Amino acid sequence: MSEPVIDCRSLWKIFGAGEHRALEAARDRGAGKQDIFERFGCVIGVADVSFSVPAGEIFCVMGLSGSGKSTLVRHLNRLIEPTAGEVYISGRDVNRLGPAELRKLRSKEVGMVFQNMALLPHRTVIDNVALSMELDGMPRKERHRLAAEKLELVELGGWDDRYPDELSGGMKQRVGLARAMAADPDILLMDEPFSALDPLIRRQLQDQFLELAKVVKKTTVFITHDLDEAIRLGDRIAIMKDGRIVQIGTPEDIVTAPADDYVADFVAGISRLALVTAAKVMKPLETERALTQQEIDAAPKVSPDDLLDELVTIACETDRPIVVVDGAAAIGIITKRTLLQGIQGVNET
Amino acid sequence: MADCGILNPFLCGEIPIQEWTADGLRWLVDNYRPFFQSVKQPIDQVLQGFAVLFTATPPTVLIAVFGLFAWQLGGVRLALVVAGSLVFCGVIGIWDATMITVSIVLTALGLSILIGIPLGIWAARSDRAFKVMQPILDGMQTIPAFVYLVPVVMLFGIGNVPGVIVTVIFAVAPLIRLTNLGIRQVPGDVVEAMRAFGASERQLLWKAQVPLAMPSIMAGVNQTLMMSLSMVVIASMIAVGGLGQMVLRGIGRLDVGLATVGGLGIVMLAIVLDRMTQARSGIRRRPGDFWQQGPVGLALRATGRSSVRRRPAKEAGRSA
Repeated sequence: MSEPVIDCRSLWKIFGAGEHRALEAARDRGAGKQDIFERFGCVIGVADVSFSVPAGEIFCVMGLSGSGKSTLVRHLNRLIEPTAGEVYISGRDVNRLGPAELRKLRSKEVGMVFQNMALLPHRTVIDNVALSMELDGMPRKERHRLAAEKLELVELGGWDDRYPDELSGGMKQRVGLARAMAADPDILLMDEPFSALDPLIRRQLQDQFLELAKVVKKTTVFITHDLDEAIRLGDRIAIMKDGRIVQIGTPEDIVTAPADDYVADFVAGISRLALVTAAKVMKPLETERALTQQEIDAAPKVSPDDLLDELVTIACETDRPIVVVDGAAAIGIITKRTLLQGIQGVNET
Repeated sequence: MADCGILNPFLCGEIPIQEWTADGLRWLVDNYRPFFQSVKQPIDQVLQGFAVLFTATPPTVLIAVFGLFAWQLGGVRLALVVAGSLVFCGVIGIWDATMITVSIVLTALGLSILIGIPLGIWAARSDRAFKVMQPILDGMQTIPAFVYLVPVVMLFGIGNVPGVIVTVIFAVAPLIRLTNLGIRQVPGDVVEAMRAFGASERQLLWKAQVPLAMPSIMAGVNQTLMMSLSMVVIASMIAVGGLGQMVLRGIGRLDVGLATVGGLGIVMLAIVLDRMTQARSGIRRRPGDFWQQGPVGLALRATGRSSVRRRPAKEAGRSA
């Protein structure tokens, strides 16, 4: 596999004077967040975070407010300097870049979308979208042509000459998205882009974003406080708490095997139907009374990747247990009872 | 009998600020007067230029130009107010004095902008600079103008140029403050977005901070103008000509009529300059629109060279 596009190595960010002494205490002696605050007056933003994102992946970082997720994403384009640790973007350590290289990186390789949109109110939509290219010194005609293309992409063609205050919240954020993608960066950083929108618009934009993501294939770090959103959009999810990543995994991993009570609490309310596969809930063939070959042949069959949702549909039509087959071999069995337990998330051994 | 002691320690001696200041100033005059005299030169040129322009141009032409300019800035109503006020000044017989005052005030404004906006930007970008500047600005605004009238006269002499300098000292403070405030009030998220898309410090300043601070800066310009006008009478004590001189002479001779006429002229000027500097801030800022309105727009349309880019109606945009 090729090297990851984004690679974060034991990143620490501590806010406040005396951050380095606080870092020592936290890193080497394991002092807690509260402890650090009382002894040094410092606040831990990000604590020992390591992760890497391969090309084209949508990586969601999920956490409640104050968990450090927005601080974390700002390290990726060095809007914030880390106290310790490294960030590699396409193999280069961003904290070692000179000012000019850093500006190039920001204008060409990393696009960013903000929770509060942060459009420039004194500029038209097209000039907002063309911002990164303008800052990079591209001639006006050229950058307007590219910007207009991106506006079409977010279905805002023809709104070029409007001002941001003439747009609705959802439209503004689409402009924000177009602006982030304008220079065709490889990486998108999205800091709670849809959180300020009402649920219906949010849903629409999520769908639109997924559509876009299929087409443009950008490596994306997506910050959210909404686990549903993370599950809908993310190829992988990292869950943050108090500046630390407590778990990284696919949505299914997170839901079926939460690393601790904190994560478990989060996933408690998530519907498992569209996430959990047959492989996760099936029981070994031997656990039930031994099935005859005949019974196995007669039973409805599913593959290990089939979702609970589909199993429910099948189970409704038959009284027999469902057999999970991988290729030709039967590898597990799902009775009504196991199915119901699987939906509920009870792990019976 | 009062004696020097714990009960009245102030009798034991005093710090001779008075002498120090006088000595310091004398030293400054002895050693650096040529320098201050050379500073006068460019200001004098600008002032002379304005004065010649305003006094040599026939009043009718000048009123027409001011009127058209006001029309372009803020519409027909503003043009009528401006032209009316100027006509009034002419009618009551103070045209020349008014024009001299206009040239002094505009020179002071120009100098204030030259000094005030860069200092304001600096103050906004450096907390330390702001901390140092703040008490100085307070001082410039509160120390009675009479106090620095004397040193200015000793260094620069008397006449219109020292008058401009005194006016700038008094009037530049609000421009610095409001420029600083305007830039500091630019939302942090906009600044962050600019940085995130690769803006250098200079691009950040000119493409985001200054444009967004413009309403505040214009308010500062307006304040500076108003304060300049309020200095007109005081400055006339160091032989500055114009409307202030009329008021001062009126006071000296107990000539209520003369003072009133001069005062009316100052009020008219205040109305003209105030309305014209405030007009711009209310206008919608669609690029190019400015030239589509007022007399310029009219002329362009008349000559068929108007490039009116009609924006698509809201519905058209939505269906696209």
